[in-house]
Amino acid sequence: MKTAPPFFRHGPGPFTRLIVFTCLSCLLIVEDLRFKRFHEVRQVIGTIIFPLQRIAYAPTSIYDEVRNFIIHFNLLEENTKLRQQNFENQQYLLRFHALEAENFQLRELLGAIDRIENNSETKPVLAEILYTPRDPFSHKITLNKGIYHDVQLGQAVIDDKGVVGQITRIYPFSAEVTLLTDKNHSVPVQVLRNSLRSVISGTGKNNELELRYLSINIDIQAGDLLVTSGIGGVYPAGIPVAVVEKIEQNPTDDFSRVVSSPVAGVDRNRQVLILSLIKPPIDATTETVKIESKHK
Amino acid sequence: MPLLRRLKLNQNINNDKQPSPDDYLRQDVYDTAGNGYIALTLVMALILNFLPLPDNALLFRPDFVALITLYWCVQYPHKIGMSVAFTMGLMMDVADINILGQHALAYCIAVYLTLILGRRLRLFNAWQQAPQIGFILFAMQTVMIIVAILGGMKFPGWEFYFTTVTGSLAWIPVSLLLSLPLKQKPDSHAL
Repeated sequence: MKTAPPFFRHGPGPFTRLIVFTCLSCLLIVEDLRFKRFHEVRQVIGTIIFPLQRIAYAPTSIYDEVRNFIIHFNLLEENTKLRQQNFENQQYLLRFHALEAENFQLRELLGAIDRIENNSETKPVLAEILYTPRDPFSHKITLNKGIYHDVQLGQAVIDDKGVVGQITRIYPFSAEVTLLTDKNHSVPVQVLRNSLRSVISGTGKNNELELRYLSINIDIQAGDLLVTSGIGGVYPAGIPVAVVEKIEQNPTDDFSRVVSSPVAGVDRNRQVLILSLIKPPIDATTETVKIESKHK
Repeated sequence: MPLLRRLKLNQNINNDKQPSPDDYLRQDVYDTAGNGYIALTLVMALILNFLPLPDNALLFRPDFVALITLYWCVQYPHKIGMSVAFTMGLMMDVADINILGQHALAYCIAVYLTLILGRRLRLFNAWQQAPQIGFILFAMQTVMIIVAILGGMKFPGWEFYFTTVTGSLAWIPVSLLLSLPLKQKPDSHAL
């Protein structure tokens, strides 16, 4: 039996399609927000679009090459400048070594535990910022080093001024860094002036960080430098994080609102350093054994 | 190309074969843009969106992926539809490190609006289309904001809508540029 070809061919109408795709997107959104199980989907798409990102980055790298070529002409001048800077830094470094030795001895005298040492398994990696998203919602950036370059989840990222963020997702050739300003990101810090410890969190706005739950009478001033305290075991101690901008003390509120701005700037330079992972400070097994022995 | 296809169709008929419905559909007179060309422009749009730019420039950069998807959706609604928009949206979501599905949903809704308005839009020239595209982009970005707020973000401020304005302005050069290689050359053998 012959069936006549349909006069007009159309699949499901636009509205039906819209409903299908809306359901699909909503499924993805809920999955991504609540369960975060679609990691592989992201990895696959991330690998597909990586060449495109590389191509988009090509003009920038060509510009860099050309600039490097021009800079070659003033190489001597730059060399002398750098050498001078190196001498100055060397002096600090020598003093640092002496201080470190002294610190070690003092710690021995006090019987304190060893300072957290760097893990030798992962090496610090110099990376470049490949892409900063257009979106004002996402406080995340993409770096051009990934699993292939031994980058691991959880490594801290710094630039020449201070902490930038932490690696939260890795792709074969790129990695994703959550910036300090992300709403869900916190860093254990201490005030350099009086080693007051606290936790600093992002607010979701650019250039604004917040110290939460500090009581009204706390000793903190505008202009105080906040450095990492090294307590969380992610960031090594002593790296600058932020400068306190203003303190709002509302007498009706239990806590004062301390607003500070990050010292590192993602928009200022493209090179960042991915720090090596830190050895966990406390061995969990020994801890439980101690507790058990106490109970006995 | 269309001529060749028609020839093939004639051959089919001569062979006493029943032409399948697809053959009739391929007879479209307006069908001058190849799939390869459309794919190429979409890839170009992705690259344009991935360009590393300073923050101030990013505020004003139109969403080229949305623009070019909408352009093809206006011109060839049977070729570029929601599935393409959805795929492009997923790529943008992964690149922008957003909630997975945010751009995808927004692009799908934009394409839906374009499909509804498509017949109207084709009556106007690029200059008159621009404000209507601006309306579609506005709806699209509102969807993105709603999804982001549901995801626990804050309202990013009204400067987020700058790209709507620049997007509708960019519609004019984008549509002129895209249609440029499709202009039919005058046939020298014509009467």
